[in-house]
Amino acid sequence: MLHRFANPTRFLRLADRIQPWAAGLTLVLAAAGLYYALFSSPADYQQGETVRIMYIHVPSAWMALFCYTALAVASAVALIWKHPLADLAARATAPIGAGFTFLALVTGSLWGKPMWGTWWVWDARLTSVLILFFLYLGYMALHDAFDDAERGAKAAAILAIVGFINVPIIKFSVDWWNTLHQPASVVKMGGPAIHPSMLTPLILMALAFKTYYVWLLLIRIRGEINAMKVRALRLRQVHGAPVGAQPGTAEQGSN
Amino acid sequence: MDAIGDFLAMGGHAAFVWPAYGITALVLVGLFIAGRRFQSATEAELSELAPQRRRRNADGDIGKDTADEA
Repeated sequence: MLHRFANPTRFLRLADRIQPWAAGLTLVLAAAGLYYALFSSPADYQQGETVRIMYIHVPSAWMALFCYTALAVASAVALIWKHPLADLAARATAPIGAGFTFLALVTGSLWGKPMWGTWWVWDARLTSVLILFFLYLGYMALHDAFDDAERGAKAAAILAIVGFINVPIIKFSVDWWNTLHQPASVVKMGGPAIHPSMLTPLILMALAFKTYYVWLLLIRIRGEINAMKVRALRLRQVHGAPVGAQPGTAEQGSN
Repeated sequence: MDAIGDFLAMGGHAAFVWPAYGITALVLVGLFIAGRRFQSATEAELSELAPQRRRRNADGDIGKDTADEA
């Protein structure tokens, strides 16, 4: 099943079909989400209008964790099964995840100042998310730190897998330690503790962020496939093999 | 006009709500531009390295996306 998509050409054909849907869904969901988030949802009785920051902060934070999980899973698949597209998918996910994590931190800070009276506290939730951001940056730096691309990929994959320990720490940090950050109110036992008028924009924006991730991911994987072919062609040139040969097939042959 | 003014004022929290939305838009659009640039830069590198291969694939899967963009 996995190896059905190991072939870049087959993957690109699939991506061609998915990408317009991801793009269209993102635009529709974001438009609806923004309408609800900014116009048709009420202000919070305690937080006033600042509650509207939630509709971008929470989806960003969810995506930060989702992307890291995807990064760790793709890295594990790349390490264990040497799946040729898994490392490319991991590499393509990292900058997107870093972007979402950055947004979770910045929008959280902009929400924290009026509500908590401070831009930042070194508590468990905020600190663990900051570490997540550095893990993304570390992954990208390590991947590029070797002359041999394969060694870089391996080292970065190991970092991604080891760093996954941070994901449950972030998730449960609000339960395990005293923190200014509020505990989960959507994904919890007994259903969401949030009114439908606020849940609607939150879910719409979360879905828009998710489809946008798919859209961005496909664009970046295309770039990564090109880059992989460029590397293969350069290697072939160095070793004097004919340039016209199909790049990318050698990698699959070894599996 | 008051309705628009009230909306923009965000109950006195405009200085926090609008920058949050602004930075989000900036980063998300930035990720898109960076991704597209990465895609077209590697595309150009590839066609420079293997021009004969590119021509053969002009209507194929790999060349298709740049054709859409142009």
